Amino acid sequence: MILQTKLFDHLYSFGSVKEVLAKANEVKSGDELAGVAATDATERVAAKVVLSNLTLQDIYNNPVVPYEDDEVTRIIIDGVNKRIYEEIKNWTVSDFREWILDDNTQDHEIKRIRQGITSEMAAAVTKLMTNMDLVVAAKKIDVEKTANTTIGRPGTFSSRLQTNHPTDDIDGIMAGVMEGLSMGIGDAVIGLNPNDDSVDNVVKILNKFEEFRAQWDVPTQCSVLAHVTTQMEALKRGAPVGLCFQSIAGSEKGNTAFGITADMLSEARDLTLHQGQAAGPNVMYFETGEGSELSAEANFGADELTMESRCYGFAKKFDPYIVNTVVGFIGPEYLYNSKQVIRAGLEDHFMGKLQGISMGCDVCYTNHMKADQNDAENLAVLLGAAGCNYIMGVPHADDVMLNYESTGYQETATIREIFGYHPIKEFEEWMENMDLSHNGKLTERAGDASIFLN
Amino acid sequence: MNEEDLKTMIEGILTDMTSGKGSSEKKAISNTQGSNIASGTTAGSVASGEVLDDITKIDLRKQFLVPHPHDREGYLKIKSFTPARLGMWRAGCRYKTASVLRFRADHAAAQDAVFSDVDPNLPKEMGFLETQTTCTSKDEYLTRPDYGRKFSDEMVAKIKNGVTPNPKIQMIVGDGLSSAAIEANVKDIIPAIQQGLKVYNLGFETKDVIFVKYARVGAEDQIGEITNADVVCMLVGERPGLVTAKSMSAYIAYKPKIGMPEANRTVVSNIHDGGLPAVEAGAYIAEMLDKMLRLKKSGIDLKAAENAGN
Repeated sequence: MILQTKLFDHLYSFGSVKEVLAKANEVKSGDELAGVAATDATERVAAKVVLSNLTLQDIYNNPVVPYEDDEVTRIIIDGVNKRIYEEIKNWTVSDFREWILDDNTQDHEIKRIRQGITSEMAAAVTKLMTNMDLVVAAKKIDVEKTANTTIGRPGTFSSRLQTNHPTDDIDGIMAGVMEGLSMGIGDAVIGLNPNDDSVDNVVKILNKFEEFRAQWDVPTQCSVLAHVTTQMEALKRGAPVGLCFQSIAGSEKGNTAFGITADMLSEARDLTLHQGQAAGPNVMYFETGEGSELSAEANFGADELTMESRCYGFAKKFDPYIVNTVVGFIGPEYLYNSKQVIRAGLEDHFMGKLQGISMGCDVCYTNHMKADQNDAENLAVLLGAAGCNYIMGVPHADDVMLNYESTGYQETATIREIFGYHPIKEFEEWMENMDLSHNGKLTERAGDASIFLN
Repeated sequence: MNEEDLKTMIEGILTDMTSGKGSSEKKAISNTQGSNIASGTTAGSVASGEVLDDITKIDLRKQFLVPHPHDREGYLKIKSFTPARLGMWRAGCRYKTASVLRFRADHAAAQDAVFSDVDPNLPKEMGFLETQTTCTSKDEYLTRPDYGRKFSDEMVAKIKNGVTPNPKIQMIVGDGLSSAAIEANVKDIIPAIQQGLKVYNLGFETKDVIFVKYARVGAEDQIGEITNADVVCMLVGERPGLVTAKSMSAYIAYKPKIGMPEANRTVVSNIHDGGLPAVEAGAYIAEMLDKMLRLKKSGIDLKAAENAGN
């Protein structure tokens, strides 16, 4: 294993694989805050050169958090198919990149190799990818998962309906749901981030969602994004949980900060499979985002991209319906501006798909970041090109409860229009029956919430 | 034209008028253009001197752009239950011009609140002691939260020499993430807190209020240590949303120390004209300050003590 190189006659030496991984990362304010970023642009490239020559075995042998100390590392390593790993362990990271990009490498080959890789390998190859690499590589990977309906089929593009309300006013929430559905939004999931995380409130919203979904026979699934323990209690009280949600991190310590363990998620999945509203087998819904481990002081000196990749390795154990990277939510100290957010969105999406995750992206930014709606639209189009499973549908892209900006109903409709994508099949048939779309085009009724009144 | 079409047309005109595209102004402009063409002047339009209506004054809960709703009254009713931008309709798959411009205006106000500094005259006019954390620029402030919680040795000396030591109450005003919030609320809230404190025979002098540029909430912990205050209260600009860019909060702590748990702060949030107005907030904060001084606690400890009936 070689950890040094010369660039322009200058010698660059790195102390560990973890340091190479961190310094090979594209510029991220969070890595600078963590003190792990390359000191200048040339050192960054030197790290990429060293990384490109490391073998997958070098990466496997050096997880960024030790096996003995961390549940997430153990889940990732224990999940590897050793026979497949043996076949690829002598590939360099450069070989891995070019193999993924090769015209002859198709989805089914990637599906097999996926079983032999760790999250650190997915992170490593991502660091050698350019933005367009990340688009074309992700585009060739299809990940289909089934709850009530099947997401991720080629030619489809879905959306999560998110109509949050500052005080969880149920009529205000439902007004947004109605308008969203009328625009073809919500085929991934109808979801709500509750302001009040109490079991009673979560049960109330779940009941209302399911009542409406059943009344109008909408082929989709519902979720209220409370803490997993709250949803489990709601399930025990008979609430119609469709997808069981939780935020996750790339280290055990990070998950502790979220108040979860792997056993807890396994129990939640089991409970949802047996008592939830959706048929499954994919009934879990996770959210992630680069920087969350650092904010919990649980990054172990690793960069935020590698920790994010480990979230997907952890998520894989629970075979989720969807995983959502909430890419620009965390703020400028982790992703400074639109350039960093766009890069992170493409990285997360690719790393997730490479590891077999049904990826969506909350294309978003806070108002103290150097980004605006044009940047969000840029990333949405790039993710459309990359074959992302879904994005958010928030009324006019403004979340009035969480106070950040995302993508509106219009963005999903536009991505479908630009690329010729369709909603999930059963959902589109429902739209046609409701006279909301005709031959795949929105009708004059689309965008009129009041069709659901009376 | 049937009755429904007529109704729609009238409603359309009314919507146009309320959304700043006043028909009288339109007429005025087209008349001007007409006379230009008639008199053979250049093709360039002549500025009329009139002013367009302020689009940020439109009540979003009432603005409604759906041209032929299935149930107009029902739609307006459900829309009234949420501040979300519903009923904004679309141009093809995209947004209507009026709604996209309003979004941009609200976002612009939010960004300006974050990226601009508090008017330098404000702390001077109020007579506050002016200080700055170790951040040297707005960019550094946004990317290094740790720098926004610390003061240099020089600044520590300035604070030590500048304010009355060992006070019962140490007030701080920090810019935080919204200069607009500070400019909108501080002049009202400081006298309101002072007025409120009189009831409890408490108070502070305005000259002892510390103004902190590039402030994070944690800066109050070091100030607590420097001044040896019993209770420290920081008024700070919150991260703006699109509904308002002027929201301020008060973070109050009993004998704060560097590294204290966040849960030991008591927070009064949503202080702005559309939320908790500054004057009301001032009275409420005064009450909290008195309670903390009596119970010698803040944050969850204070809540626990209150729940125990102390």
